[in-house]
Amino acid sequence: MHCQICKKNQATIHLTEITDGIRTEMHLCETCAQENGIAAKSQLSVNELLNNLLATQPTDEDLFGSAEQAISCPQCGFTLEQFTKEAVLGCPHDYEVFEKSLLPLIEKAHNGRTTHCGKVPSKTSTDAKKQIELLTLQQKLDTAVKNEDYELAAELRDKINQME
Amino acid sequence: MKLTEISHNINEWFNGSGPLADIVISSRIRLARNIAGHKFLSRCSAAEKLQILNKLRDVLKSLEFGDQITYISVDKAPALDKHFLVERHLISRHHAFAKGPRGVVFARREFFTAMINEEDHLRMQVLKGGCQLSQCAEQINRIDDMVEEKIDYAFSPRYGYLTACPTNLGTGIRVSVMLHLPALKMTGQIEKFLRATRDMGLAVRGLFGEGSEAAGDFYQLSNQVTLGISEADIVAQFEKSIIPEIVEYENAARNQLLSKQSDVLDDKISRAMALLRNAHLISSQEALFLLSHLRMGINMHTHMGVSTPAIERLCKLGAEDAPAKQDKISISTINRLFMLTQPAHLQLNHGKNLDPEQRDILRAKIIRSALHQDK
Repeated sequence: MHCQICKKNQATIHLTEITDGIRTEMHLCETCAQENGIAAKSQLSVNELLNNLLATQPTDEDLFGSAEQAISCPQCGFTLEQFTKEAVLGCPHDYEVFEKSLLPLIEKAHNGRTTHCGKVPSKTSTDAKKQIELLTLQQKLDTAVKNEDYELAAELRDKINQME
Repeated sequence: MKLTEISHNINEWFNGSGPLADIVISSRIRLARNIAGHKFLSRCSAAEKLQILNKLRDVLKSLEFGDQITYISVDKAPALDKHFLVERHLISRHHAFAKGPRGVVFARREFFTAMINEEDHLRMQVLKGGCQLSQCAEQINRIDDMVEEKIDYAFSPRYGYLTACPTNLGTGIRVSVMLHLPALKMTGQIEKFLRATRDMGLAVRGLFGEGSEAAGDFYQLSNQVTLGISEADIVAQFEKSIIPEIVEYENAARNQLLSKQSDVLDDKISRAMALLRNAHLISSQEALFLLSHLRMGINMHTHMGVSTPAIERLCKLGAEDAPAKQDKISISTINRLFMLTQPAHLQLNHGKNLDPEQRDILRAKIIRSALHQDK
């Protein structure tokens, strides 16, 4: 994502302002942020990322995480409260149990990306491999639509329909 | 294998060899993995941690690395040994001082090291000298495949390799290079460099990774995003755009020093030489700082083919009374001095514990001797 002011640099500072119930977002690069008097901290740790994220959740909406706040993982007993303290999860199953709450954090930590498209263990069952391929194609389709590359999008959509 | 079998020498990825080694000291690729069917470490009992430790240790020791493999039980190791392993970049500081059953498996030539039960069950890495990220990637990938034949990794089609911390999700890969940027520092451009790397989405750390400061003009640069991008793409980004750009900046700064500030440069190098060849007490911090200037001088001579009066004197050190080429000062000498005069190295090699002042005396003696001042 590019900086909204200079339109050249990558935006690394994302500001959210809620005034009179209206939410505005600004995405700036560090230089423009500094020039506009916005102090920025570099390299947020997971803890800080987490706190920022939890702080900007509107409290009167149905917090997508509210259901997840109350539960603990059936496999390891982990809770979201523990995550906010330790910044690490309890077991692999937590990614499923707390998916809704973790997704915004994952998105932020990985520059908006949320789907794996790298190496896959060779022992993955053919079903899981197919799943991965479908997810990757879906991601490419979303990007193509965003970039208004409708020809590519149509191609990808056809591929997806073929696979399913 | 005893640690003293390797403590008297430098490891091969730090001996000054490899492409672009005057600026890119070394390359490192690390993979984070967890075994399926186990909890992440924060929720494991000591018994479960031990189970994981034994399993992974046995798997790693059974693999063919083409080199002698050693296992060290980090929780049982004496403090000095742990400090040594950190100085050697075989384990992280976190791993040294954490609690619970944990270990490290590494190759004797130190190109491969794997921490068991650090933040994830398994964190393994390959290190090479100079800019060799593709080669590191190829090797670590092969090792990963070999490990995966024997155990099942925690993996989800959507999120990739599952890690204890979401910031390592997906590929679980950390691609890093250790850079030496004395000229950018000297010409006051290091802040610009740090800002540029942040804008590129990279993490910059000091010599010993997370929580360390940039001493000796060393900077560790690594990727932050691990999800939604392939391993090959991350490596390609580093090799094709990030590293060439940084090398260009540092070279430009070196040229600037040589053409417009050669007196300042000569002064820094001369003072470093004078202090290192004469001081009776020297701290590791100070030694690191001064050796950085010498490293820059020698690299300018070797890689840029330029000389200033001070650089000439530096490179001639040892030539008079030791005409054999290997006694003349080189990058390997400087790196050796840096590595071997670190606190744990000094004590391990000396055979006993030393207090700070004794270390400062011994360090100064080793340095004076290596720089041909006295024997």
